[in-house]
Amino acid sequence: MINSKLNSIPVPSPRAGNKKSFLQRLNDSKYLLIMVMPMMIFFILFNYLPMYGISISFQQFSPFKGFADSPWVGLKHFRTFFEYQHAFRLIRNTFLLSFYSLIWGFPAPIIFALILNEVRNERAKKFVQTVTYMPHFISTVVIVSMITMFLSPSTGLLNKLIASLGYSKINFMQSAEWFRTIYISSGIWSGVGWGSIVYLAALSNIDPTLYASAMIDGANKLQRIIHISIPCIAPTIITLFILRTGNLMSVGFEKAFLLQGATTYETSDVIQTFVYRQGIRQGNMSYGTAIGLFNSAINLCFLVTSNFISKRVNETSLW
Amino acid sequence: MESKRITIWTVLKGLFLAFMVIITIYPFVYMIAVSLSDQLSVMRNEIILLPKGINLEAYKAVFREKRIFKAYENTIYYVVLGTAISMLVTTLGAYGLSKKDRLMFYKFFNIAIVITMFFGGGMIPKYLVVKGLGLLDKIWAVVLPSAISAWNVIVMRTFFTGFPEEVEQSGYIDGLNDLGVLYYLVLPNSGAILATMSLFNAVGHWNSFMEPFLYLTDTSKQPLQVILRSIVIQGSSLDNQVVSTDSVVVEEALKYATIIVSVIPIMSIYPFAQKYFMKGVMVGSLKG
Repeated sequence: MINSKLNSIPVPSPRAGNKKSFLQRLNDSKYLLIMVMPMMIFFILFNYLPMYGISISFQQFSPFKGFADSPWVGLKHFRTFFEYQHAFRLIRNTFLLSFYSLIWGFPAPIIFALILNEVRNERAKKFVQTVTYMPHFISTVVIVSMITMFLSPSTGLLNKLIASLGYSKINFMQSAEWFRTIYISSGIWSGVGWGSIVYLAALSNIDPTLYASAMIDGANKLQRIIHISIPCIAPTIITLFILRTGNLMSVGFEKAFLLQGATTYETSDVIQTFVYRQGIRQGNMSYGTAIGLFNSAINLCFLVTSNFISKRVNETSLW
Repeated sequence: MESKRITIWTVLKGLFLAFMVIITIYPFVYMIAVSLSDQLSVMRNEIILLPKGINLEAYKAVFREKRIFKAYENTIYYVVLGTAISMLVTTLGAYGLSKKDRLMFYKFFNIAIVITMFFGGGMIPKYLVVKGLGLLDKIWAVVLPSAISAWNVIVMRTFFTGFPEEVEQSGYIDGLNDLGVLYYLVLPNSGAILATMSLFNAVGHWNSFMEPFLYLTDTSKQPLQVILRSIVIQGSSLDNQVVSTDSVVVEEALKYATIIVSVIPIMSIYPFAQKYFMKGVMVGSLKG
């Protein structure tokens, strides 16, 4: 009785698995397959169907004719894009926005974590952490709303301050030269706390005896940070840095779109926002998709390269 | 010991941390102060830190505005529905995937999921799919396309893989199938991860802008984030600004009140949910 029941148990034994027939294995994993199915349907519908939809970038897609009957046009849309007078501007803006974000935004959480790690008062540390992680959960719309309000030339806090110091007010949101500064500094504001978590975790793994022996050797605080803390978290820093370089051409749609205005396109127009205007606003679906594909292709190249380097440098890889 | 002495280092450290706390909190304090102050002080730019002459007119105006009220309702609806669907499908799928040795086509599923982390169709093909499925301007358009993310699946799978096998075995002996084991044995012992993932999911749905913006054109269906953009960033005026003649509400105070109202839920659960958020990062930093 017990034996027969035991036999019907789907025993997860890897060795037994090989000997079983296809149908037996199907029977063993039928419930698991049922569980996985809804998820796979979601992936097919919302990830793989759109990937198939990329084919319209080689077509003159018309919603009335559909995927199958729209005429093929080869690389026409890619050619149109490269002949577009602002194509270079779009690529440059996309690259520079994430490049500057990397240069300015990457060190910030490291410095923050190093200082926070020196705090001995646990309650103070916890408090600072709790507060600085909070902006991570504030939506992009709210952040951009706050920026718009604080920088407003008429009522904005910053402009009131500038005016009270006797300078003339600046129309930040309308001037192209301020766009990157606003984008990047608000990015640091919202991400510095959250970004420090991974470094704090790495710092907490450092063997305390290292610090003790350094103190015996007469090293001061700064020397201990430079010669112990930083070298010990260097692998983490390098890994994250390399991974970030993999995203150098992927600027998300939301924040750039919300922050930009027609007057700032010179610096604020990035590939994704252009894709939106072309594809959704103006209905050039094929053209928009082609530009999007161009962007993801570059992204993929960056990612593969950075991952390759990461593998070489410290044997960590995304896959 | 040196830690007892007050050195320049201690002072600098303290100043730096105080600075970090202040620049994080001050914008919110200022917004609350302006939105609560009486309108004259707002116009005279007298508000710096504390509200002057408490006045709830701005909030009353915000809540009289039908658009905001409706958007609030929509957002709550999307958060609840979206989180429920996304948790259900992710949990089932991740549990199935965690049975690596027994699940047929495991490799295939796994690769299919990982690919989506690095490559996607992009904005327009996805839009066309949503449109093709007839979801445009339906609630489902904001709930379904973002329901599943490879990242969440991998985090949960990693958790389930670490679940003690003996417990699951005891369930099989009692005659439960995999669904039963998951429901009666695994889920009751996975409270922390379920709470963490649900919280992240709910916050994600609350904050989501792009999907509703692209897929919903009907104003009565739009969530708070989209309405917030049109009121604060684009500066479309509120309907009842003209109507409320009894007291003039300064536009500035009104906009700040709108922002505050839309972050209040996040801000108020944040202190309690903090430890789960922290756990989420720790789980997330494990490699799948």
